[in-house]
Amino acid sequence: MSKLLTWIDDRFPLTRMWEEQWGKYVAPKNFNFWYYFGSLAAFVLVIQIVSGIFLTMNYKPDATKAFESVEYIMRDVSWGWLVRYIHSTGASAFFVVVYLHMYRGLIYGSYRKPRELIWLFGVLIYLVLMGEAFMGYLLPWGQMSYWGAQVIINLFAAIPFIGPDLAVWIRGDYVISDVTLNRFFAFHVIALPLVLLGLVVAHLLALHEVGSSNPDGVDVKHQPKDPATGVQLDGIYSHPYYSIKDIVGVVVFLFIFSIVVFFMPEVGGYFLEANNFIPADSLKTPAHIAPVWYFTPYYSILRAVPPMFDSQFPGVMAMGAAVLAFFFIPWLDRGAVKSIRYRGWLFKLPLAIFVITFLVLGWLGTKPTDFLGRLGELEVATLLARIFTILYFLYFVLMPWYTKADKTKPEPDRVTG
Amino acid sequence: MNMLLKTLKTAAAGLLIAASAHASTGPEMTAHEAPINRHDVASLQRGAALFVNYCLGCHGAQHMRFNRLQADLGLSERMISENLIFRGSLVKDEYSTDKVGETMKASLDKAEAKAIFGVAPPDLSVEARVRGTDWLYAYLRGYYRDDKSATGWNNLAFPSVAMPHVLWELGGQNKLVVKEFDNKEIAKGAFLQTHVVGTLEAVHTRKDGKETVKYVLKYVEPDKPGKLSVHDYDVVVADLVNYLDYMGEPVKNERIQLGIKVLIFLALLFVFAYWTKREYWKDVH
Repeated sequence: MSKLLTWIDDRFPLTRMWEEQWGKYVAPKNFNFWYYFGSLAAFVLVIQIVSGIFLTMNYKPDATKAFESVEYIMRDVSWGWLVRYIHSTGASAFFVVVYLHMYRGLIYGSYRKPRELIWLFGVLIYLVLMGEAFMGYLLPWGQMSYWGAQVIINLFAAIPFIGPDLAVWIRGDYVISDVTLNRFFAFHVIALPLVLLGLVVAHLLALHEVGSSNPDGVDVKHQPKDPATGVQLDGIYSHPYYSIKDIVGVVVFLFIFSIVVFFMPEVGGYFLEANNFIPADSLKTPAHIAPVWYFTPYYSILRAVPPMFDSQFPGVMAMGAAVLAFFFIPWLDRGAVKSIRYRGWLFKLPLAIFVITFLVLGWLGTKPTDFLGRLGELEVATLLARIFTILYFLYFVLMPWYTKADKTKPEPDRVTG
Repeated sequence: MNMLLKTLKTAAAGLLIAASAHASTGPEMTAHEAPINRHDVASLQRGAALFVNYCLGCHGAQHMRFNRLQADLGLSERMISENLIFRGSLVKDEYSTDKVGETMKASLDKAEAKAIFGVAPPDLSVEARVRGTDWLYAYLRGYYRDDKSATGWNNLAFPSVAMPHVLWELGGQNKLVVKEFDNKEIAKGAFLQTHVVGTLEAVHTRKDGKETVKYVLKYVEPDKPGKLSVHDYDVVVADLVNYLDYMGEPVKNERIQLGIKVLIFLALLFVFAYWTKREYWKDVH
């Protein structure tokens, strides 16, 4: 065995790559609960790729057969129902895990120098993931697939001058049709997954280059080494320590994941919408179109911005800006310390408001705009969405000031446990 | 309204209107829970028989195979072939089948159905997942006589529905009762007592600048009895809804059973994984 390994190592840096990237990668020993979600995101990515491959074996990207082939998978393909529920639940799970992973980055300042590129790759992954989820959602060819895609593609039509042509170019047709379905299939099963995998590799390479941060913000990579172990004072090898710890995380995740897959795959219409069990019909607009939950905060922002000059474009811009704002965080944060543990209320309060804002906007995005009634002419829900949209952007825009003015405590030299 | 029409021009805005149009909420409907039991095989068998006898003429279930009933409902191939597959038709065409491996296709041609009813009857394979069982239970009991409609029937759960009351022979004929209340509480009380299906709607009228609200209660009441008593008819509808629910996701029982095993396995795996982690982490201080 070791002979074979030497043979390979003489020709290919197998051992070196393994040791650099994981085996001898030194990570801080004080990772807490929030640090599970990175490995879980990678795990969900694998779940989605594997289950996706099996779905592709029976799914038909054809407007006359797509809906039928999904039901065929659910009924006639051995274990097809399980693979399909794993894939549909995995889509939502991906966003749950990624949102928690991003939140971890926000509270512990994981994006601060020298980890800006890790964060940028991460936001790119998030963007591609949104595209991946959106295109995948068209494939079952149900009413929500169809009209959800209609809503999103029509956003591009709102762009001045080139908009309408751009929308036709994206659809490949004047309406969403078999052509659109086929190209979305191509993007969903090969183009975007390739980009996604490339970005994940870049995300991890960048991380392992500069070393992981931790809840104390201590620079473990540049600590002196313990003479007894040869490892940095507050560091441990990823393998076996984090290998086994992450496995525990994966098992707990799978437990919750299985509760959804086996007992509530629709999650009350949030993971699988009831209207999506009606085949797509270009002549029948559903009464209420809502995107899947992970897009609803942005959908709320889109709806909150009133049309100007007879155009929905300002709303589309606001929605785009709301996603792109995440890119700038490493340079917006001027705090003296990284971690929330050593920051003051001027950091904590805006963060808390931002979390509430994101959740409220998400909730509003699942509802019709007049579900809370009206105040005179104005819908209450729209008013709420407007207030929270402003709060959403204030979190980013004011960040340089409040993080700078924030009264911080000194960071320790060693991790606190 | 003018404003709405304007925004319709931009397609994105048009969809926002579609999203908000929903909320001009229609009447509230009674939500009696459908008394169904997915483990009750006898009920599912009766439901399957009702389905092929009363529904399959016009509605297909093109994703559902006849022989799935063998494993799931304990029917033999011969029982399915002799009792559930209709072969009285003299015309052999693409819609007639005598193979149990076939899916349940409607006897009525789609184009013909559209000509008769104005809309093609939807495929019912996954209808229970679209509507929910409680709604189906209300719908199948919500028919009443209406001379103004084309079929002579109307439905409280689905106003102006194109489908006539195909189960009328069993359920008899209901009539619609409409009552108006000024007091919301009294109206609500009467609404909650409606046995079959009822709807309650607040109707705002403006006259001489003064707004008045009336609470309109509508419910169906047995008028001419059918072959079955009201109670027995409810059981028949429940059987049918039970079957529709089963057909929407035939694997449901199996899924839940397997889920329990998976959770037990994962719980055990957690114990071992956690112990191993603790053992490894002993020397980390």
